[in-house]
Amino acid sequence: MIEGARWRKWVFFYVPMVLFLLFLLFPFYWMVITSVRPDGELYRPWNSINYNPFWTWKPTWEHVRYLFEETLFASWLWNTTFIALASTAISLVCGVFAGYALSRLNFPFAGSLGTAIFITYLVPQTLLFIPLAEIIRNYRLGDTPWSLILTYPTFLIPFCTWLMMGYFKAVPKELEECARIDGASRWQAMLYIVIPVAIPGILSAGIFAFTLSWNEFIYALVFLSSPEQKTVPVGVTSELIRGDVFYWGPLMAGALLGSIPVAIAYSFFVEHYVAGLTGSVKG
Amino acid sequence: MAISAVSDTTLREAPPPRRQRLLEDERWLAFVLLVPTIVLLGMFIAYPFMRGILLSVTSSRVGIPGDFVGLANFYKIFNDGIFRTSVYNTFLYTGVTTVFKLALGLWLAMLLNRNFRGKAFTRAFILLPFIIPTVLSTFAWKWMFDPTFSVLNWLLYHFGLITGRINWLGDPDLAMISIIIVNIWRGVPFFAISLLAGLQTISPELNEAAAIDGAKPWQRFWHITWPLLLPVTMVVVLFSVIQTFADFQIVYVMTGGGPANATHLFATYAYQIAIGTGLLSEGAAIALAMFPILFLVVIIQLLYIRRVEVR
Repeated sequence: MIEGARWRKWVFFYVPMVLFLLFLLFPFYWMVITSVRPDGELYRPWNSINYNPFWTWKPTWEHVRYLFEETLFASWLWNTTFIALASTAISLVCGVFAGYALSRLNFPFAGSLGTAIFITYLVPQTLLFIPLAEIIRNYRLGDTPWSLILTYPTFLIPFCTWLMMGYFKAVPKELEECARIDGASRWQAMLYIVIPVAIPGILSAGIFAFTLSWNEFIYALVFLSSPEQKTVPVGVTSELIRGDVFYWGPLMAGALLGSIPVAIAYSFFVEHYVAGLTGSVKG
Repeated sequence: MAISAVSDTTLREAPPPRRQRLLEDERWLAFVLLVPTIVLLGMFIAYPFMRGILLSVTSSRVGIPGDFVGLANFYKIFNDGIFRTSVYNTFLYTGVTTVFKLALGLWLAMLLNRNFRGKAFTRAFILLPFIIPTVLSTFAWKWMFDPTFSVLNWLLYHFGLITGRINWLGDPDLAMISIIIVNIWRGVPFFAISLLAGLQTISPELNEAAAIDGAKPWQRFWHITWPLLLPVTMVVVLFSVIQTFADFQIVYVMTGGGPANATHLFATYAYQIAIGTGLLSEGAAIALAMFPILFLVVIIQLLYIRRVEVR
């Protein structure tokens, strides 16, 4: 859309684009370079002479080794994966069922129930974490993965339901009616006809829910206390800082390795993720 | 549909078991399908919300149930200087970041809404700040803002912009600016990708027609793109406002509310009071103080969505 001289394209497109990319991606580069840089280079004041902060000639695995040998990082990774997968699965089942009911079945209060679920979608975790911590303690779920597996669906289900409603509405009614004329029950028609058609939606909801639960912080911070139960974000925050001392090398290595699983999951399903993201907003 | 259901059951030799007959009824099926969702949301959203209100009118601490004290907790926090600072901070934080996220996000969306080599790749990379766990990427920022080893100071120094070091997180105003930068960094991709989806629904012919009629790029944006994009923009902004208003992670990692409690938001201050010092009911009152604003935004959003649907 930019017509005219070549310089215009540079000024209005390439330069801003490169600046955006630098701004958005530099912190990740910084994570990578810090996690392979030996401590001797890391803690050099910013104004010392002949110091190039952007490159290292002596990369080291020391920080990663520290992470896996001296901390419980491997358990944190496992905990996070397990919790994210389990809460995603629960939310998908609930969300698909609820989305189907709200978009394709006629029953009293359907509209107000849909609105209620939409409102819970907008409730931030920080509003409820204090009473919820008490409830978790009363149910004796504190410091177990179940405290998170059962609470993460509260912000995943509304989103999954909302997204699935959109996908189910797009499935033609005739498709289901044909199946029912051929003798399928309502339940079978839903399970074998409508849900398979909406698989792209389920994938989008699933990948989005997985990244959200991998990302969650405040519930994990408040509900979990023993180091071996923690998730990656909480473990890195609480175990790699002693008082005022930050172990920057292992910290950045932990941040990097804790980001890789979710980045890989995302890279396989970019299109689905984007569909989920934009669908979650459009409703 | 009713006919098919009737013929379905009459044609069968033996009537299906009772359980299946119930599922043939739309209302029962809907009920069965919605039960898991309602139970989970009821147990972990509606119930805690009620408990939170009850908690905020008692004098409960960790391990001590406490007595009913009425609105004493609210009275106390409204006379608390740190609470007032956090209210101010939260509004400032939400306002400033939303303006920047919208402006930069829209700009980035416009850049992405054209054909160039590596477009899919660029789009995938741009979303990274939004996908990577916020706490982890915020640590990278904290390290970049480190008072002694800051790479940002190094850059500014070598470009000749500063002569001494800047203590980013040690000064209240600079700390607030740092936090705002991190939030903008994290939010721009979300705005850009959502707005890009909105832009892609606008037919390019509209812009071409206007261009033929002699409209300048700025006029085309203001009279065509912006009005057509407004519904998406509204929803994205309202979503972002809710998330930013209730934000916790960035401040918790970057400053922990410091220096000297100058950068607290509602959520971080509630955490410090409830979990840090164990004054559960006072913390619950601080968290609940967010509610009226959030409620207002949700109402606006619901009304707006309804208006768009009616049209």
